[in-house]
Amino acid sequence: MKPTDTANPEYYHKVVDCQYACPAHTPVPEYIRLIAAGRYDDAYMLNWESNVFPGVLGRTCDRPCEPACRRGRVEDEPVAICRLKRAAADNKDDTAVAAAMPKIPKKKNGKRIALIGGGPASLTVARDLMPLGYEIDLYDDQPAGGGFMRSQIPSFRLPHEVLDQEVNYITDMGVTTHYNHYVDSLKRVLDDGYDAVFVGTGAPRGRDLKIPGREEADANIHLGINWLSSVAFEHTSRIGKKVIVLGGGNTAMDCCRTSLRLGADDVKVVVRSPRKDMKASPWEIEDSEREGVEMYENHTPKEFIVENGKLVGMRFELVRAEYDENGKRSLIPTGEPDVIMDCDDVCIAVGQDNAFPWIERDLGMEFGKWDMPVVDDVTFQSTLPKVFFGGDAAFGPENVITAVAHGHQAAISIDLFVRGKKVAERPAPGTNLVSQKMGIHEWSYDSPVVNDVRYVVPHEDVGKSIKDRKLEVELGFDVATALNEARRCLNCDAQTVFEEVKCIECDACVDICPTDCLTFTENGKEEELRQRLSAPANNADQAILVSDKLPTQRVMVKDENVCLHCGLCAERCPTAAWDMQKFTYHVTKAGQ
Amino acid sequence: MTYIRPEFRHPELPTNDLGYTKQNYEGSISTLCAGCGHDSISGAIVQAIFEMSIPPHNIAKMSGIGCSSKTPTYFLGNSHGFNSVHGRMPSVATGANMANRDLIYVGVSGDGDSASIGMGQFAHAVRRNLNMMYIVMNNGCYGLTKGQDSATADVGSKSKKGIPNPFEAIDLAAVALQLGATFVARSFSGDKKQLVPLIKAAIAHRGFAFIDVLSPCVTFNNNPGSTKGYEYVRDHLAATNTVDFVPMREEITACYPNQTSEEVTLHDGSVVHLCKMDDKLNVHSRQSALNMMQEYKDDGRILTGLLYMDPDSQELHENIDSAKKPLRGLTESDLCPGSKVLDNINESLR
Ligand SMILES: Cc1cc2nc3c(=O)[nH]c(=O)nc-3n(C[C@H](O)[C@H](O)[C@H](O)COP(=O)(O)OP(=O)(O)OC[C@H]3O[C@@H](n4cnc5c(N)ncnc54)[C@H](O)[C@@H]3O)c2cc1C
Ligand SMILES: Cc1ncc(C[n+]2csc(CCOP(=O)(O)OP(=O)(O)O)c2C)c(N)n1
Ligand code: SF4
Ligand code: SF4
Ligand code: SF4
Ligand SMILES: [Mg+2]
Repeated sequence: MKPTDTANPEYYHKVVDCQYACPAHTPVPEYIRLIAAGRYDDAYMLNWESNVFPGVLGRTCDRPCEPACRRGRVEDEPVAICRLKRAAADNKDDTAVAAAMPKIPKKKNGKRIALIGGGPASLTVARDLMPLGYEIDLYDDQPAGGGFMRSQIPSFRLPHEVLDQEVNYITDMGVTTHYNHYVDSLKRVLDDGYDAVFVGTGAPRGRDLKIPGREEADANIHLGINWLSSVAFEHTSRIGKKVIVLGGGNTAMDCCRTSLRLGADDVKVVVRSPRKDMKASPWEIEDSEREGVEMYENHTPKEFIVENGKLVGMRFELVRAEYDENGKRSLIPTGEPDVIMDCDDVCIAVGQDNAFPWIERDLGMEFGKWDMPVVDDVTFQSTLPKVFFGGDAAFGPENVITAVAHGHQAAISIDLFVRGKKVAERPAPGTNLVSQKMGIHEWSYDSPVVNDVRYVVPHEDVGKSIKDRKLEVELGFDVATALNEARRCLNCDAQTVFEEVKCIECDACVDICPTDCLTFTENGKEEELRQRLSAPANNADQAILVSDKLPTQRVMVKDENVCLHCGLCAERCPTAAWDMQKFTYHVTKAGQ
Repeated sequence: MTYIRPEFRHPELPTNDLGYTKQNYEGSISTLCAGCGHDSISGAIVQAIFEMSIPPHNIAKMSGIGCSSKTPTYFLGNSHGFNSVHGRMPSVATGANMANRDLIYVGVSGDGDSASIGMGQFAHAVRRNLNMMYIVMNNGCYGLTKGQDSATADVGSKSKKGIPNPFEAIDLAAVALQLGATFVARSFSGDKKQLVPLIKAAIAHRGFAFIDVLSPCVTFNNNPGSTKGYEYVRDHLAATNTVDFVPMREEITACYPNQTSEEVTLHDGSVVHLCKMDDKLNVHSRQSALNMMQEYKDDGRILTGLLYMDPDSQELHENIDSAKKPLRGLTESDLCPGSKVLDNINESLR
């Protein structure tokens, strides 16, 4: 293998598994250290710079970082990264944070941007462009900002005060908001003379289920997302005693838990697929079941049963899943008798779609598959150069953190575009690598590899919480538990940096490494080399670092997979050929 | 940074026949200087004994005083051990071995510990063919007492202080050969490929198995002018052979075409497989080994590998026909067989 090019910013970035997995590349280990140090304001601001909604995300993020966390490869559970973020938000000093917000220039740059939709994607664009002097108009059809964070995510998961605070940090920068304003023509917006338009309208159309009885029972059948938003805006406050929720995603979980809070006492979630294929996050399923919701798998809805013009139940066919060699699933009826379940109401939560009825098709914007606009996945520009997309509107429903990541990138593009630069020429990420060695046996950070298992976030009493739709269920870590959980982080941004000219091949690092990451050996082809190491490097997703040739003609090979970043290799190296260096990686933002 | 060795290990660590991983053979974290050769030898011991699937409780670690003699703390944490007095490990090991012949004795000593204060003790353990592995971690200096020249320092070699050593060196491997050691090898701490199989063969060998391991002292004797530093040793190493220790069932690795191979079967049926770099060495002849060592030395090179072995050697217990089992297993009737037996003995002496 060729010596690894560690100068490529992506090499060390990938080693910081959580940050790499985070769509917005939040510098996780750095903020976790700040939490451990009790520096909540700094931890909050570091998060805010990357993900804009630390308080929201600390409660609701899909947490792609956690399955990626290195800790999950050396023991059972990853660091509770997401809930640590909440600890920063909960314990911050609001005045200090408000003072740390970017200054907005009084003198504007004369450029006007329209944001359509007030969800996290649009708000991120505003957050990045306001400090640069742009004038921004934000349009949303809801009475307040936040998009689906407000209309869909129920208050028992995300209290309004938390959302309001973080939406306000942005709108208070001087964004001109036009709430209760549905944009019904893109042409008209363009005619208004904006320098650029950002579309962050999400995927606002809930899928329906056209099976017999649908029309007759309409009064008691609710489309999940419409129903949730009607609850959120307090147009709906009751539901029947017996509720069936169709679908296995997170919307279904929010529907069933909301039903309980609106007076239902028998709530069933029914999915067509086997339970293991349910799309909802495991913790959402767990929380629903804790509150008494029952899950039924392998039930395909066949009919809404209507008696005397009123919904009384549903009929389901029993199926089993079969998978072909490509893993493609088909649901085969088992032939058993159909199952009938009684109910008063049904929520249909079987997916959402994008809908752009308000975009005229004669503006020159190209639409592709599924009637979706063609959008560049790096620049987020549509084929109409002035119009950019992001969030769920760009490539279909994802989650808040993805919408934020899109927003940052779209803001870069908009800024480049408005200044007449090429949007494809993206600024490189800001990286830095700094030695942490201060002297013999002296390092500027502390990383005891603790054995503690993941700490559990305490929950409100079930009896109490299902009586109050607005009572937050998760209580968050207290400061002491947050500290303990923070100590589980392995500090993966403390990189092991190897300098071959200093190495005397004494083996000290190889001998001390607790997880057998290091090997001196003859070079070879990657596949074969991976098998010849102190322990086989079977995780092909993780890089192996290969040094240049050493005096004995061998190379040093490091398997990044289960390195604990304990620093013992550097500590035991007599010549400092190994050094622990803190790697910072910042996604460059608009205007930087 | 941490100074505590984390408890996590590689999730795919191989296990041996006993179901143990290498972790079961580790000791506490080393307090030796970073980069000390002795730590690598500890690592090689852990590796070898793990691979041999020896239950840790069947091993007794013996040592004297010195950085080298501290190492038993850093390997085989689940084994027995006796950290004795400076230079006195051989007599304590002899006593232990006499009392319990069932344990496997892993002795580690330093060049100061063995070639100076303990020279007399060393000589007698060798000539008695005490059944043990005896490793000297040879750094040419007294590391623990801050690097004074030891008796194995070569004439003219300079330690950190920079003063050339005026005295002739003792070559412990040559001394062992002359005193009748039945297994003699030399190796280098920085060459685990060679050292691990040598340790395995030494442990399997019945009788006194001596390995002189060059082991640089990074702090006091790793400077230009020293003949025991990493760079010098690497530049002057020559191997007689590569060694492969093969428990009965396993396949033997092939030698390179330009090498001749030789197999030596040990008393327990395991095989030491040699790929010879230099055909002139006859590993069954002391004379040949001594000549070769001298030849290489005259040439300024350090000869490593398995130098000599006598697979049929009689160890001390066999020579003196001592009790067949550990003394702790002897019952009152074994120890006090009664007046009839005494009468017979007395009769035989009349
Ligand atoms: C029930 C449910 C629960 C969810 N829970 C989570 C969760 O816990 N964690 C998570 O990360 N993600 C969750 N999501 C997904 C997440 O809410 C979205 O992925 C995210 O909000 C998308 O952000 P966005 O900025 O693209 O648009 P959105 O948040 O969807 O905001 C778009 C806004 O634009 C408005 N709009 C649409 N068209 C127009 C128009 N023509 N004119 C004016 N306004 C318009 C919409 O009403 C909406 O207010 C959930 C989604 C649902 C449905
Ligand atoms: C009876 C006695 N005399 C002297 C000493 C001081 N002393 C301690 S270690 C040592 C030399 C150790 O040298 P070596 O065996 O080569 O070990 P190294 O530290 O080099 O590994 C000496 C002289 C002692 N501990 N006990
Ligand atoms: S251990 Fe810490 S730094 Fe490493 S992946 Fe997990 S959270 Fe990130
Ligand atoms: S930091 Fe060094 S010693 Fe620690 S696990 Fe990683 S490679 Fe091994
Ligand atoms: S003084 Fe020398 S022998 Fe002792 S621990 Fe340090 S390097 Fe090793
Ligand atoms: Mg010594």
